[in-house]
Amino acid sequence: MNREKLVIIGNGMAPGRMLEELFEKAPGLYDVTIFNAEPRVNYDRIMLSPVLSGEKAYDDIIIHGDDWYRDHGVTLHRGARVGAIDRVAKTVTAENGIVAPYDRLVIATGSLPFIIPVPGHQLPGVLAYRDLDDVEKMLDIARNKGKAIVIGAGLLGLEAAYGLKRQGMDVTVVHLMPTIMERQLDPAAAYLLEKALTERGIAIITKADTKAILGTDRVEGVELKDGRILDGEMVIMAVGIRPASALARDAGIAVNRGIVVDDGMMTSDPNIYALGECAEHRGTCYGLVAPLYESARILADRLCGGNGEYGGSVTNTKLKVTGINLFSAGDFAEGDDREEIVLRDATAGVYKRLVLKNDRIIGAVLYGDTTDGSWYFDLMKRSVPVTEMRDTLIFGQSYQGGTTLDPRAAVAALPAEAEICGCNGVCKGKIVDTIAARGLTTLDEVRAHTKASASCGSCTGLVEQLMSITLGDAFNPHAVKPMCGCTDLGHSDVRRLIVAKQLKTIPAVMQELEWKTSCGCAKCRPALNYYLVCDWPDDYADDYQSRFINERVHANIQKDGTYSVVPRMWGGMTSSSELRAIADVVDKFEIPAVKVTGGQRIDMLGIRKEDLPAVWADLGKAGFVSGQAYAKGLRTVKTCVGTDWCRFGTQDSTGLGIRIEKFMWGSWTPAKLKMGVSGCPRNCAEATCKDIGVICVDSGFEIHFAGAAGLDIKGTEVLGLVRTEDEALEYIVALTQMYREQGHYLERIYKWAKRIGLDEIRRQIMTDAEKRQGYFERFVLSQKVAQVDPWSERVSGKDKHEFMPMSELKLEAAE
Amino acid sequence: MNSWFDVGSISDIPRRGARCVTTGTMTVAVFRTADDKVFALEDKCPHRKGPLSQGIVHDGCVTCPLHNWVISLETGRAQGADEGETLSFPVRLEGDRILLSLMPQTAEAVIAAE
Repeated sequence: MNREKLVIIGNGMAPGRMLEELFEKAPGLYDVTIFNAEPRVNYDRIMLSPVLSGEKAYDDIIIHGDDWYRDHGVTLHRGARVGAIDRVAKTVTAENGIVAPYDRLVIATGSLPFIIPVPGHQLPGVLAYRDLDDVEKMLDIARNKGKAIVIGAGLLGLEAAYGLKRQGMDVTVVHLMPTIMERQLDPAAAYLLEKALTERGIAIITKADTKAILGTDRVEGVELKDGRILDGEMVIMAVGIRPASALARDAGIAVNRGIVVDDGMMTSDPNIYALGECAEHRGTCYGLVAPLYESARILADRLCGGNGEYGGSVTNTKLKVTGINLFSAGDFAEGDDREEIVLRDATAGVYKRLVLKNDRIIGAVLYGDTTDGSWYFDLMKRSVPVTEMRDTLIFGQSYQGGTTLDPRAAVAALPAEAEICGCNGVCKGKIVDTIAARGLTTLDEVRAHTKASASCGSCTGLVEQLMSITLGDAFNPHAVKPMCGCTDLGHSDVRRLIVAKQLKTIPAVMQELEWKTSCGCAKCRPALNYYLVCDWPDDYADDYQSRFINERVHANIQKDGTYSVVPRMWGGMTSSSELRAIADVVDKFEIPAVKVTGGQRIDMLGIRKEDLPAVWADLGKAGFVSGQAYAKGLRTVKTCVGTDWCRFGTQDSTGLGIRIEKFMWGSWTPAKLKMGVSGCPRNCAEATCKDIGVICVDSGFEIHFAGAAGLDIKGTEVLGLVRTEDEALEYIVALTQMYREQGHYLERIYKWAKRIGLDEIRRQIMTDAEKRQGYFERFVLSQKVAQVDPWSERVSGKDKHEFMPMSELKLEAAE
Repeated sequence: MNSWFDVGSISDIPRRGARCVTTGTMTVAVFRTADDKVFALEDKCPHRKGPLSQGIVHDGCVTCPLHNWVISLETGRAQGADEGETLSFPVRLEGDRILLSLMPQTAEAVIAAE
């Protein structure tokens, strides 16, 4: 029988599956020949990672052994790379000279790893991660242990990193984007994954742009664009793949990014099909196995005369790192028409997020517990309405159909010896008994008396339920005002937990404290950003997009969208050259209004945003720095002329004011901080209505605080009297730091003082020298990173994008 | 007529941020969300004309820097108890290029298209 000849270029998983389908539907229909550039049979490429990590061997991952090819009469040319397709003669020619005629041809050349063309990319030791050859080379280098650098924290890169770590190497992953696996994961899940990988000893550097691969004869390391140099004997490039379409392009077949196929997997040549990662279907090139298998089934159908159509696929991803459970599928972007259901269990390390649109699941990210991944994926693919099960959807399939339990009933049913607080080993009986015996009514009291929920706070919900059962209506768990709609926690709890749990990024806070939204809101983000800046000055990178516009562009927005600019005038002192420079800037930029402020400096109003950097450049040349008149931070230190000029002055109030301002400028505080230093009790600097004030007297310096002259009017309270200027500075700085560490965002110092108690503040600052010293030192530490003039930074190009339009369209007059 | 203007690359806009496009008669704010979606609104809050491009971007909304109105990036509508609507423009990504159309779309049209 003269059978039609089917030739397949490539022997990966997609054509393998296609042939299985074909042989099942129509055994013996074709005379099949396969060209495989690799010297192997068909193996499971998805399982390369376990081979690399040593959890599996090559033999374990073979899909089709030699006998399969023999049984099905398939001619397999191993190590034979096809070099040309002759579409007229209908033959393919391999580089080793083998020629095969075809009636139908399937191109399944797969994909090529993308190698970033940085200097050094051709050095020995720079490897991709695509096939068994790559894995063997990696294992060879890994025998000597040493250091490996993986470029790219996508699925493949992370699996490679894990495998190499398991082989005993020291592994660093560098990634261009701010979060890892950003195509598959939202920032919250990426945070959990990064944390888990870091715990497994893999170093991860995000926002890292590779500049060059270093080495002379072979790889010695990687240089990043920020100047950092990482040593390593091996560099794995895992930054992406591109379809291997050159062969098809050379043969004149339509190629876009991949080889263009229709819904029947046919290319522009009706005798030629493309399948797998080299194909482009409806503009998409797939790189995961599920869609490739789906299209393989369609092609098999077509090859035996059917008319199946491939309609594209929804894909899902799982990471194959032992002990890490991660699942992502579909579209998990936010949008107005979408709703989210989020479940976070910080202790168990579980994060689940479902994105719904029109009552159907369109995306899912699961971390920690992925049991229900396939169920959600199925609901998503079949577009099943979830209205009925919405309430329990997030708990998974096993919760469907049962009755919903009142969570309080479950807690009420617990035995007295059941442990409620794991951190402090407190059981239910102790909490219930203590509430009754001592008449406790608030959560804080229960924390104080039993220690339950006083550490990590993750059992707070349980404790509250116990209180509610024990006290009935007398207990109001929401007595604490939540920070915003994104959380039930108040500012105090959030601040306490940031420190207790060592949370150092906004996603970390949102995850561990179980935020109800995925990226917060305009209320909580600036607050969290401040808390992290304050608590982790060394580690935390300020999040500009979480700052109010004034703090982002270092000027004050006005009602018409222009800005006002206030340079610092230390202690309110100025000079002819400074005034001249201001006058010149006003003329040059045609600034419409100039005003003297209440804080003894000069405000220039009505500046266009795009002019700001140039205005600062000119002011900078005259020696001005930002007056931070926009900041939740140190604003002004107002002074009088003191002993320099005044016949009543008792101390050098101007000098002290300047000294305080120079020491403290640049610091961020919960709300704005205005100070004043008066040289005598006549108080010309109005120090007794400031946030912090000093009244100089013959015997020393009287320190005041907690005044207000805004919405509320309130005279200051006296903190205490100190003898020397050095002491005055130290006590003021310590007071400021105490406020920085305890204040709620936007809470002025007088409100904070009322909440904490004046006596407690006096005790810690005036009498407890150790406490005072601690506050002082922490302030000094944070100033190391805070005292950078934001104006000169921006004159030198920082955040340039903020000030220029992205594009200026010149529209033709429509005539 | 609905012509698309190439106004820049997505990397020109910080995540959870915005950049402006000027046309001579108007300023359009182009937003990029945390998940790399782009939206375009006239740079004018329906309340007191505050520049929305300067606001804090969170989820699918921007909070106006002047008086904290929250405006939907997709429809241009004020959220919550506030009422008002700012012009919204079709914008799409082609690769990493941002294409903007200057034919405004109504909130009804945006919602109907879903």
